[in-house]
This record gives sequence, structure tokens and C-alpha cells, in this order.
Amino acid sequence: MTDTTSTGGPAESPRAEKPSPSLSLGELMRSPAAGAFMGFAMVFIVFAIFGFQRNFLSVGGISTWVNFASTVGMIAIPVGFLMIAGELDISTGAVLPASAMTVAVISGYYEMPIMLGVCAALSVGALIGFINGMIVTRTQVPSFIVTLATLFAVAGLTLSLSIVFINTTQTSLNAPDWAKTLFGGRLLGGFRSSVFWWIAMIVGFIFFLHKSPWGNWVFALGGDQESARNAGIPVQRLKIGLFMLSSTSTAFAGVLQTIQFNAATSQANFGMIFNTIIACVVGGLLLTGGFGTVMGIVFGTLTLGVVQQGIGYTEIDRNLSFLIIGVMLLIAVLMNDTFRKLATSWSTKKK
Amino acid sequence: MSSGTPVIELRNVDKSFGPIDVLHEISLKVGEGEVLCLLGDNGAGKSTLIKTLAGVHQPTRGEILMDGQATRFSGPRDAQARGIATVHQFGGTYPLMSIGRNFFMGMEPTRGFGPFRVFDREKANRIAVEEVQKMGITRITDGDRLVGGLSGGERQSLAIARAVYFGARVLILDEPTAALGVKQAAHVLRIVNEAKRRGLAVIFITHQVMHAMAVGDHFAVLIRGAIAADFRKGERTREEIADLMAGGESMADLEASIEGPADAAEGRTAAAPL
Repeated sequence: MTDTTSTGGPAESPRAEKPSPSLSLGELMRSPAAGAFMGFAMVFIVFAIFGFQRNFLSVGGISTWVNFASTVGMIAIPVGFLMIAGELDISTGAVLPASAMTVAVISGYYEMPIMLGVCAALSVGALIGFINGMIVTRTQVPSFIVTLATLFAVAGLTLSLSIVFINTTQTSLNAPDWAKTLFGGRLLGGFRSSVFWWIAMIVGFIFFLHKSPWGNWVFALGGDQESARNAGIPVQRLKIGLFMLSSTSTAFAGVLQTIQFNAATSQANFGMIFNTIIACVVGGLLLTGGFGTVMGIVFGTLTLGVVQQGIGYTEIDRNLSFLIIGVMLLIAVLMNDTFRKLATSWSTKKK
Repeated sequence: MSSGTPVIELRNVDKSFGPIDVLHEISLKVGEGEVLCLLGDNGAGKSTLIKTLAGVHQPTRGEILMDGQATRFSGPRDAQARGIATVHQFGGTYPLMSIGRNFFMGMEPTRGFGPFRVFDREKANRIAVEEVQKMGITRITDGDRLVGGLSGGERQSLAIARAVYFGARVLILDEPTAALGVKQAAHVLRIVNEAKRRGLAVIFITHQVMHAMAVGDHFAVLIRGAIAADFRKGERTREEIADLMAGGESMADLEASIEGPADAAEGRTAAAPL
């Protein structure tokens, strides 16, 4: 089906960008990441000016919002994949505590090996994603409603099961040193290991969405599902896979958080839902699907991190962060529309 | 031009969904380099017929023959693998994706090994542009352009070029000209002729008689799921075909009933002598 031309491995990924600079510039400009990057740069500069005296640019200041962004970001990217595919996943707000409690109860309360707890937590995530995906593909119910339902169902289940098993809604977990370093340690003067996990995931996600043929299929789902099916793309399996990816990534974020803070709570994290969606929209994704980049979401997440967490290191009133986010979101949505129009009407000059 | 055995043939095909009969006794055949125009009003069963041909539905009774051999399509992919390509009204293209990516959707060319296979953008763009230009669309020169910036006719052309490139033998065009202006439609018709010249069997579904007459070799009129008329080029006039499509009522009658005052509408026959 696919003919693989035998080009060697090494010169693989950095191709095409170098030989024709005019093309890569054009590609950059019409990419949805361009707006997100400019937005981030703008917010960063403004905050840096106001925070110059307040350690905004110190390692401590930067690591604060980068750490926050890493947790949001590793959830936001796969949620963004679903958005590109024309779906939505808001069950993340319940998957996060569910996985956190799973690892804490198994490895903390029952003192079983940490890896068992981690694997169980990831399986819980994968299972919830599978259920989401199955319901969405088997019924005609919009994924917003389906995941809203699983959000509440899983949140309720997490609360009541933690009462059943440990008779409280919170518990602590003291991971062994190696696990603590791997999943929750601080490096380079303040960056959590979750930042490095996030970077690794970004690389993997970029490969998946922009380099591998699978990425094409994700865009096709959001572009025109019927045509995608006609083109022989396994629409249902792909969708279920994306739901599983999103909730498993969320579960992983939950595990990292638990090991970092030595504690887990079964309270649903509704804020996370909004954070991931804001990160995606600020990152240039269209709610209608079919458009977006991983780097866009990354910049969207970083922007959110600066505004929500970095604000503490500036002279700007902390209470304004929600206002700034709201205004930013509105601007982003309006800009996205313009960028999409630019993108469709854009054409290269003759080469 | 059509030689010997037809590429695809339907023999007495019936299709019903539960108690509802949608197609009755459909018999059709199309040979190489031949254009069959399938005419019919909305609801005549055209879509069901296309889906049966494309492997989405299985016929309830009757058989499908390819190259004279009775065959069954297990699904749309199977039909595609055997060379049946369907192009839908809006071209089946993704507006926010590049021409190269659209062209190779589901059939991506890759480079590299195993899990590190990457989409070969340059190759995809190059081939896509070449193929579209061969079809006579010279305005497309950059495979990185998004399809959303193309005109409706160009999108159709892209979809048809894609089908031809991937070795389609039977090209099913579902109302390709319905949403297009006159110039754009002419464009698409030229490409239908090009596909025909290359020896494809084309099934062209439309309700625009003019477009059908411009390219068709063979015509079949579908009314309420049955073939009401089957004739070759030049055997009927445009008016006769239009009348057939309207369900046997003369177009003149219909026109009269539309133009007449509303209170006289029930007397369509009464108005006829006008």
C-alpha cells in the first residue's frame, strides 16, 4: 500500500526546513502555531517587564509556571488531538483524581510496589478512555455529553470507592527514592521531572501528528468524517485510540502529581478541564476540528502557565489572572478565525 | 469504444431496508471508456444505488459482475481495492489540509523504517501536483496549499485525479456538478472526458440533463428505485429526458402547474392544455 523509498535514517527529520527558507517561513506564518507563539511572546514580554523586580525571570520564577504548564500540557495535547478530530474530552477532570487515588491506595495505603500502582493507574485511565471512545463511536451522542457523563460517573465512583477501601477521601504516598526522582524529582534548580516527561511527550506527539501517516488521519476525522471513512481510514478504532490516549496521558499526569506531592485526593479537578481547553484554543485549535499543531498547544499551555502561575512573580495583581485569561481566550478565538482564512487563501509563488 | 465485457454490471439488483424496497430490478452495465449517466430526481434511489456499487450496501437480490465475474464486495475498502472509486458532491476533500495530504489520504507515502515511518511530504506534493496538472488544472502548482483555497471545480478535479492515480477502473461521480457554476461545471465535465479517454468506466450521477448530455454515452433514468428508461446517446431529446426525470409527467405540465395561481394548483391536469 505504501511504498517506502529507501532513504537512510539519519537525514530524516530536519529535512525540508533547510533547503527552501522562503517555504518554511510561509509554512510558519500560516501555521496555527504562529499566532500562539506571538501571543505567548507578547504575554511573556509584558510579564517580564512587570516582573523584572520580582524574580519573574529567575529560575524559581520560570520553573513555577513551567512546572504547572507541564501537567496541563501533557493532558492538553491529546485533548487537542481529539479536538482536531472533531471531538471533545472533558472527563480528564475525573481521570486525574481517579488515577492519583489508584496509585496512592495501591502503593501507599496497601504498600505494594510503586510500579504496580503506576501501571494500575494508567490502566484505569486507558479503561475510561476506552469506555468514552466506545460510547462515542457506537452511539450518536456528542462526545461533550458522553465525557460529561463519564466525568461525573468517574468522580462519584472515585469518591465512594476511596471511602470503601481506605475510609477517607485523601491519602498519602511515600514513593521510594528512585521513583521519586524519576516521577517527581526536581532538577536544574526547580524544574520538576514532569517538565522532562512533558518534553519527551511533545516530541512523541509531534511525530505522531505531523510526521507519521496517522496524523493525517486525525486531521481527516475532523475535516470530514464521512470522506475519511470512504478513504478507508479506520475511523472508529482511531477515535477510541485517541480517547484512550487522552485519558491515559491524564492518568500519567495524575501519577506524577501524586508522587510529587506525596498525596492524593479524590476530589474532581474541574479546573483542569478548563485549563486544557483554554490551552488548546489559545494554541490555535478550532473547536470545529481539522486544524491545529502540537507546538500551538504547547505555546497555549505556556501562556496559560505564565498568566496563572507566573503572575505571582510580577507586580500585576494576582486576582487579574482570570480576567487576563478570559480576554486572551476571546482574542485567540477571533485570531484563529483570521488565521484560518489566511491559511486557506495563502499560496506560494512559483518556485 | 466499449469493448466486449463490461467492467461492471448489475443484474436485477434489488435492495430493501427491512420492509422498504429502495431499488427494484436494477440492471446496468458500463464498459471501458464509457460514461453512463444516471439521471433521477431526489429520492429516486440514486444514493442507494451508488452505495451498493461502492460496497457500502450488499444487494438484497441480484448480482454484481466485474469483468463478467459475479462478485460481492465485503465493504467499501474491498470495492476500492478492486478499482471502484466514488467521488462525492463536495469532492471528499478536507479543506484545512494541504493538497498533497488530501491526495494521499489513507494511502500516505512514507519514508523510513518500522515505527519511524514518516509521511513523505515532498513526494506527496510532487505527485499530487503532477497528477492534477495532467488532468488539465494548471493553476495548481503548490502541493502545500490548503484545499480550502481551491474552487469547487478544482476540488472535484483533485478528487478525480486522485481516483485515477490510485488505479480506479470504475469512477462513480455523485452529483459532481450540482453545486458548481457554469464555468466550474464545464471544467469538471472536461475532466470526466479525460477520465473516459483514459479508459475508465464512468458512472455519472446527476439531475442536470445538460451536463449529462455533454459527456454521456449511455443514459439510465431512475424513478422510485426502478430504471424507467435506458437509452444511448442521441436516442432521446433533452426535453424527453427532462420529462422522464420528472416522473413521466411532461415538463410543460409541471411548468404550467408552477406558473398557475395557487388556487388552481390542484388542477394540474386542468392547467395542462395551456
